[in-house]
Amino acid sequence: MQISWHNNSFLHLDYPLLFGLLLLFAIGLLTLYSAGGQNLDLIFRQILRFLVGFGILLLLAQIRTQKIVSFVPWVYMFGILLLLLVLIMGESTNGSQRWINLGLFRFQPSEIMKLAVPLMVAWYLTSKPLPPTSWRLLVALTIIFIPVFLVIKQPDLGTSLLIAASGMFVLLLAGLSWRTIFGFISLTVLSTPILWHYVLHEYQRERIRILLNPERDPAGAGYHIIQSKIAIGSGGFSGKGWLNGTQSHLQFLPERSTDFIFAVYSEELGLLGVLVLLAIYFFVLSRGMYIALKAQDSFARLLAGSLTLTVFVYIFVNMGMVSGLLPVVGLPLPLISYGGTSLVTLMAGFGLIMAIHTHRRLLSD
Amino acid sequence: MPTVKNRRKPTAQTYWKRRQLLLAFFIIIISILLLRAVYLQVNRADFLQYEGNARHLRTVPIVAHRGMLMDRNGKPLAISTPVDSVWVNPSQFITAKKQWPILANLLSAKTSDLERILSKRMKREFVYLKRHVEPKIATQVTALKLPGVFLQREYKRYYPTGEVSAHVLGFTNIDDYGQEGLELALNNFLIGTPGKKQIVQDKNGKIIAQPINLTLPQMGHDIRLTIDHRLQYLVYRELKQAVLNSKAQAGSAVILDVQTGEVLAMINHPTYNPNNRNKLQNYRNRVVTDIFEPGSTLKPFTIASALASGNYNPNTTINTNPGRLSLGKYTIRDSRNYGVIDVATVIKKSSNVGASKIALSLSANRLWKILSHSGFGYISGGGFPGEVAGRLSHFSEWYKVQQASISFGYGIGVSLLQLARAYAMLGNDGVLPPIRFLVEDDSQNALGNENSQVISPKIARQMLDILTEVVKSGGTGELAQINGYTVAGKTGTVRKSVIGGYSESDYLALFVGIVPVSNPRLVMAILVDEPRQDEYYGGKVAAPVFSKVMTESLRLLNILPDTVKSTGQTY
Repeated sequence: MQISWHNNSFLHLDYPLLFGLLLLFAIGLLTLYSAGGQNLDLIFRQILRFLVGFGILLLLAQIRTQKIVSFVPWVYMFGILLLLLVLIMGESTNGSQRWINLGLFRFQPSEIMKLAVPLMVAWYLTSKPLPPTSWRLLVALTIIFIPVFLVIKQPDLGTSLLIAASGMFVLLLAGLSWRTIFGFISLTVLSTPILWHYVLHEYQRERIRILLNPERDPAGAGYHIIQSKIAIGSGGFSGKGWLNGTQSHLQFLPERSTDFIFAVYSEELGLLGVLVLLAIYFFVLSRGMYIALKAQDSFARLLAGSLTLTVFVYIFVNMGMVSGLLPVVGLPLPLISYGGTSLVTLMAGFGLIMAIHTHRRLLSD
Repeated sequence: MPTVKNRRKPTAQTYWKRRQLLLAFFIIIISILLLRAVYLQVNRADFLQYEGNARHLRTVPIVAHRGMLMDRNGKPLAISTPVDSVWVNPSQFITAKKQWPILANLLSAKTSDLERILSKRMKREFVYLKRHVEPKIATQVTALKLPGVFLQREYKRYYPTGEVSAHVLGFTNIDDYGQEGLELALNNFLIGTPGKKQIVQDKNGKIIAQPINLTLPQMGHDIRLTIDHRLQYLVYRELKQAVLNSKAQAGSAVILDVQTGEVLAMINHPTYNPNNRNKLQNYRNRVVTDIFEPGSTLKPFTIASALASGNYNPNTTINTNPGRLSLGKYTIRDSRNYGVIDVATVIKKSSNVGASKIALSLSANRLWKILSHSGFGYISGGGFPGEVAGRLSHFSEWYKVQQASISFGYGIGVSLLQLARAYAMLGNDGVLPPIRFLVEDDSQNALGNENSQVISPKIARQMLDILTEVVKSGGTGELAQINGYTVAGKTGTVRKSVIGGYSESDYLALFVGIVPVSNPRLVMAILVDEPRQDEYYGGKVAAPVFSKVMTESLRLLNILPDTVKSTGQTY
């Protein structure tokens, strides 16, 4: 009998991962308190969302992976349906249709796809021996790009990018040959001009242009990048101190509670704070990859790996955008940024990862 | 799931390799983020900190308020009072265009005015909408809380004495900078140095934190002037009355302290209200800026030259028969034939022929010297802006006719201030006092003492005695008499020069007097320009002003009477 310590506990939770998540969330709350102008209301609402997310995490962590598998196609189909619904009758904010109003609350169906796509791709690929054949690869790509296309249409470039990435990571982990990978990369590079002219909206193109040269429009679209670079840079080595950020508190920094919260954090806590934050993220990601490695079947391994990588993309894209390395695509910083939907999705993802890890001994019996 | 189990090993292997690759990928990406952070927070930190500061820190001047002008007794004559000016940052203000009419209405302007002002200045960060608004309006503007609308503390000059001291004080512009008069002359002492403070502003320009003072402003100096507001007011009242009574165009008067040369009062009529900048007219201080021919009031200096030559004494007789004197094609006339008269009578009767004969018997050099040493032809050094030197040509250029006409005050241009100062010399034992506007100003003493003994004290005293006769009953200046005080003085009724000669109808009525003769303290010169009534003589129009003003001034200044011998017994 191999009984791990997981089995002794009443709840199926991965405590190292949970510890990392709680640490990040605590940092997030402190930063949010500063960024939101010390508004406790904001803090309470964020805690509430976290609790909702944590509830879902708890729930998903208790389900055995094998059970999850049977739901996967239905979840995926349901997600696609919702995306279609959004395009037809969704609520628009800021010129894009992303929301479905359910009376009590509204949510973005695209969030579901962040989990549903890697689940679906992993499910499909592992239903036959790996590595996948070219035909199956093509089917997998279709599985990925149907929702990606629907989300781009909303338009929500950041989320579609993330959905695409989460699906592609499964392919990558499933053992695509190098030839295929490089072929795909070169195809992407070659298709860039087509993407630029036919897929991207003008405002998205402008964001990329502004990334390359923020001074193009310092008062308009380049404003975000300039202000957040100033915020990060003026934090210096040790920062201006918690609650002392001038860029954020004097309202120069836009979106300071949500997408640009990393700038607030960097301004107040400096390079030291950034180091600490990156270290914690690295710990969480490593734990995710470790869980993937220890997973007992391909589906679990692919899922855990791709979910972890998706979180990683979140982090990289957000920090890259705030620090002026990547265009502004509107992705939150995981567990730090204020905002409900993505927090809940992330927690759900971590719930799946925990489920994979905590149920594995039972399987091997 | 047998298939999965069979395939586990190769898949796990592949996965292991991929995982290693991904781990490397992780580390590379995290390193990139870290390097980016290092680049921004270490390499670019100084620059970005500067950029950040440039966005929220503003160094703004702290206005140093302008020093106060006081009269010699400390009464405020010019005060800077705090007011607010409304200014906007156009780029922020444009966002509230809907509320422009409300603001425009509050500032009693039209919306189109605002649009006009701002359309040309959209790129600026600071545009005045209205300067110096009333406190009530300022409060209402603040209450509107419009974006980009701000108040700026400024100072507005207020002149408590209004038009009474307008000419001598002058005025400031809207930036509280001296434009005329002593406000201009003393501007550098009055303005002070503005300080600097650092303020923290948010994106909308709202001031967040308490400002930090970088340098404190140095307030302007308060300055005490030699002006005595009480005398100033007396002169203002009496001169105005005289000008109105005689239907004259204008009038000017100045009172000096005989010994110190301090200007106690300086008045022109018509005057203006310096508190109302919209209607600034008549702002020339004609006492110092206008020159005129002094006529008979110059004769005492001809006589003083004669006495100083040693060839004359007050009793030396002059034959003025037949009441006229021909010099080439010119004829000098007296109002009637005075016959043979002594030097004193030449003054008392104001004989042009007598003065001319005396002048022609003197060397031109001697006459010129006395005149120029008395201050004619030179600016006084009092420092009043726009002061004129007058016109006194050099004796080497004189013809006989000129030498004669200068002796009775034609062919020479003087200012009223010069005339008063020259008479002060007569009352000051022959020493020409400096002109001063500032109390406790020693710098000009040295200047004044140099070459300032014009005539000997003995001759000065003789001149006072001669001039005392003028004001005695029967003299031309008898209306200048003051109860209890002996007055020395001289009247003048001058034909105004017009193109091609002298006017038959336009006159200047003049009187210059010194009081009290036994111990001269005050000198006052009065000019009434173009009196229109039948009585246009200096003795009739100007002399009474002297009497009225001095009667009260002597009392106010506690100057003891000198004719009532019994006065001494009261002490």
